[in-house]
Amino acid sequence: MTIYSPGKGWPMIKFDAVHKRFPNGTTAVDNLSLEMPEGGITVLVGSSGCGKTTTLRMINRMVDPTSGTIRVAGRDILEADAAELRRGIGYVIQQSGLFPHRTVLDNIATVPLLLGWGRKKARARASELLETVGLTAGAGRRYPHQLSGGQQQRVGVARALAADPPVLLMDEPFGAVDPVVRTQLQDELLRLQRELSKTIVFVTHDIDEAVRLGDRIAVFRTGGHLVQCAPPAELLARPADGFVADFLGAERGLKLLSLTTLADVPQRRATTVRAGEKPAPQAGWQLVTSAEGRPLGWLDPATAAMSGTGGTAGEAALVPVRPLSDGDSLLSALNESVASPSGLVARVDAEGVLTGVTSREEIHDRAGTAHATATRPASRAADEAPASHAALQRRTA
Amino acid sequence: MTVEWAWISDHASDLATLTVSHLQAALTAVALGLLISLPLAVVAHRIRPLRGLLLGLSNVLFTIPSIAIFVLLLPVTGLTRTTTVVGLTVYTLVVLLRNTVEGLDAVPVKVREAARAMGTRPLRTLLTVELPLALPVIMAGVRIATVMSISLVSVATYIGDGGLGQLFTDGFQRNFPTPVITGVVLTLLLALVADALLVAVQYVLTPWTRKRGA
Amino acid sequence: MYELFSDLGSWLTSGEQWAGPDGIAHRLAEHLQYSLIATLVAAVIALPVGLLIGHTGRGAFLAINLSSFGRALPTVGLVVLVFLASGLSMTPVYVALVALAVPAIVTNTYAGMTAVDADVKDAARGQGMRAHQVLFQVELPLALPLIMTGLRLALIQVVATATIAAYVSFGGLGRYVFDGLAQRDLVQVLGGAVLVAVIAVVLDLVLAGLQRALFRHRHHAAH
Repeated sequence: MTIYSPGKGWPMIKFDAVHKRFPNGTTAVDNLSLEMPEGGITVLVGSSGCGKTTTLRMINRMVDPTSGTIRVAGRDILEADAAELRRGIGYVIQQSGLFPHRTVLDNIATVPLLLGWGRKKARARASELLETVGLTAGAGRRYPHQLSGGQQQRVGVARALAADPPVLLMDEPFGAVDPVVRTQLQDELLRLQRELSKTIVFVTHDIDEAVRLGDRIAVFRTGGHLVQCAPPAELLARPADGFVADFLGAERGLKLLSLTTLADVPQRRATTVRAGEKPAPQAGWQLVTSAEGRPLGWLDPATAAMSGTGGTAGEAALVPVRPLSDGDSLLSALNESVASPSGLVARVDAEGVLTGVTSREEIHDRAGTAHATATRPASRAADEAPASHAALQRRTA
Repeated sequence: MTVEWAWISDHASDLATLTVSHLQAALTAVALGLLISLPLAVVAHRIRPLRGLLLGLSNVLFTIPSIAIFVLLLPVTGLTRTTTVVGLTVYTLVVLLRNTVEGLDAVPVKVREAARAMGTRPLRTLLTVELPLALPVIMAGVRIATVMSISLVSVATYIGDGGLGQLFTDGFQRNFPTPVITGVVLTLLLALVADALLVAVQYVLTPWTRKRGA
Repeated sequence: MYELFSDLGSWLTSGEQWAGPDGIAHRLAEHLQYSLIATLVAAVIALPVGLLIGHTGRGAFLAINLSSFGRALPTVGLVVLVFLASGLSMTPVYVALVALAVPAIVTNTYAGMTAVDADVKDAARGQGMRAHQVLFQVELPLALPLIMTGLRLALIQVVATATIAAYVSFGGLGRYVFDGLAQRDLVQVLGGAVLVAVIAVVLDLVLAGLQRALFRHRHHAAH
C-alpha cells in the first residue's frame, strides 16, 4: 500500500475507539483513540501487559482490532491488503528477528525484493543502508549470528528502512542490548530521524528511553487503557494522575530538567590562567586553559599559592573539568555544579573555547524557575512552547 | 480377510502366555538399559571427552538392524531368551543414554551453582537436584524405549522367541490372518497401555512440571 | 568362535560370493533399491503433512503421537498382514517400510518447523511476506537441517528393516539372513547381518557428512 504524506505535524496514524479482545478473553486495548503526527516519534510506554505492543502491532495488521478503526494517512487499514500494507511500513522488533539463514545484505534487501525491485537494485539499496546505519560494507556479507547484539539491531533498523517507508514501527528494539550500546543506538536513531523525518511509533517500558526519544509519550495502564498522551515536558510537569506520576518515578523533576537547555542561563567572566603560565597566588579556584582557550582543569588555591614560588600552571595537579555548551541540559549543569570543586560550571562555545562560568546558585535558581514554569497549571497553553522548544533544541544540538 | 473370533477365544490362555512373555522381554530390556545407561550418562555428562565417544558409539549401535543384532548375538547366547533381552537392551541404551545426558545438560547452571553454594556435595547434588530435574527428559526416553522394545520383541520371532511375534510366523505359515491381526492389535495395545502408565508415573514423580491449577 | 569369524571373513571377501544373481553385489543393489523407493514414497507423503502441520500449528497432536504409533507398530506383523491381504508382491514390503518411514519424517519436519524462532516468523510477516513466502523463504530453509535429519533417520531405519523383503520371498540382503536361518548356516546369517549393519552405518555417516557440509555456515545464534 502506498502511503501518501498528510503533511508534517498532521496525524499520520489515527486510532478511533479501538478495542482489542483476544480469544482467551483478555482485553489488550480498551477504547483507544490516539493520533500520531507525521514526522514525529510517538513513544508508547507502560508496564508489561498494558497493551502497548498490541497497539503497535495493530498498525501493520499483525493484529486486527475487535472494533474501531485505524487509519494510516487517512486510509482505513482494514481495507488494505495486509501484506502490502506491511511492505509500506518499517517494522523493527526486539532481538531484531533477523533471518539467520540470509546474509546481512540479503536481510536488508527483503522488502525491496518483495516489492519486485530485482536483486541488483535491492542489493545496491541495501549496501547504501549499511552505511546509513553505521555498519561497514564487510558486515553485509556476514550472517546475523556473526554480529554483536548492537550491530544486529542496526541491521534490523536498516531492514525496516529499506523501501523508504514513511512509517516505522519499533517494538522495544533496544531492549536486549546493554546500557552503553543502547545509548549509542538511541543517539543514532535521533540522528537518522533528523535526516529522514519518519513517523515513528516506538514501544518501550523504559521511561528514560521514552523521555529521550519521544516527541510525544503515550502512557498505558494494565488492561489497555491510555492514561495520558503528551510531549515529554508536559508529561513530566503535569502527570494526569498518580499512576502516571508513579510511572515517571521519583526523579520526575530532574528528568524535566533534562529537557531544558543551558542556553539562556547567564554567565560571567572566569578567572583563568594559561597552561604553562604562572598562576596568580590568589585565594579562589582558577580555571586552567590551553593556548586555544579550552578549559583543562581547576587549579586549587593551595597549589596556586605554592606555585607562586616558581612552578607553572601546567605542571600542577589539576581537578578535572567537564565544560558544558548551550545545548547541554540544565540537569547536566546541575550535576556538574555539584561535582565541580569551585561550585562553578565552565561554559564553552561550539568549538570548545571557554566563554565564561556560571555559579552553582545561578543554576539552582534557574532549575527552580524552569521547574515552576513547566508545572504551572495546564490552563496556560503558552508555557508548553518553551518546553517543546527546548526539546527541539536538544534534538538539533 | 476376516477375523475368526472363535480362534481367539479358543486360544485365550496361549495368548495370555505369549503376552506375558512378550511384556517380560521388553520390560527386562528397559530395566537393564536404565541400569546401564544411568551411570554411563552421568559419566558422559561429567567427562566431556567421553561424552562424544559414548553418544557416537550408541548412535552407531542404533543403525544396526534389529534382526542383525539378534543374529550377531547367536554365536554368544544361542537361540535363547537371553539373546532377545540382550538385543533389545542394546536398542534401549541408545535412547536412554541420549535422553539422560540431554536431561542432565538441561539442568540450569544456576540451580547447580546454588546447590554447590549451599554446600551440597556432588553426589548429593546429583541425586537430589540434577537427576530429579532431568527426570522429565529421562522419562521421555523411558517411554520411547519401552514402546520401541514392545514393538521389537516380535523381531525375535526369527530366532525362535518373540512373544506375540510368534503369532505372525504362525499366521504367515498357515496363511491364516486371525493370529496376525490379534498379534498386531495386542502389541499396539501393550505399547499404548505401557506408555499411558509411564505418563501417569511421570505425573506423580514430577509435580513441579504440572501447569498451575491442573 | 575364531573359526566362525574366519569363515565369515572369507564369506564376505570371496569373489565368488559377490558375483551372480545370488551374489552380494546384486543383493546389495536390490536392498538399496527397496530402501530408496520406500523412503522416497514416504517423503512424498510425509513432507507436505509435516510442513502443513508445522506452518499452521493445527494437528500438532497428530504429529507428536504419530511417531509413537510408528514405533509401536510391529513391522513383521504389518508385512505378514498386508501379504495375507494382497498376495505375493512387493506391496507388503513397501507398505511396511513406508509406514515405518512416514512418522520419522513427519515428526522431524514438524519439529524443525516449530523450532523456527517465533521472532523470525513475526519479522517475516511484519516485512510483508505472504503465508507462502514465509513458508518457503523462511520456515522451510530454517527447518531444513531437522527435515534432513528426519529423512536420514527414516532411510537408516528402512535400510535396516528392508531385510524383511526376503521374509516374503523377495531379494535384498535379508536373503542371506533368512536362507541362512533356514539352512542352519550361521556364517551366511552373520554375513547378511553384518552387510546390512555396515551399509546402514556407512549411509548414516555419509548423509551426516553431507548435511554438515550443506549447513556449514548456518549456526543459529544462541539465545
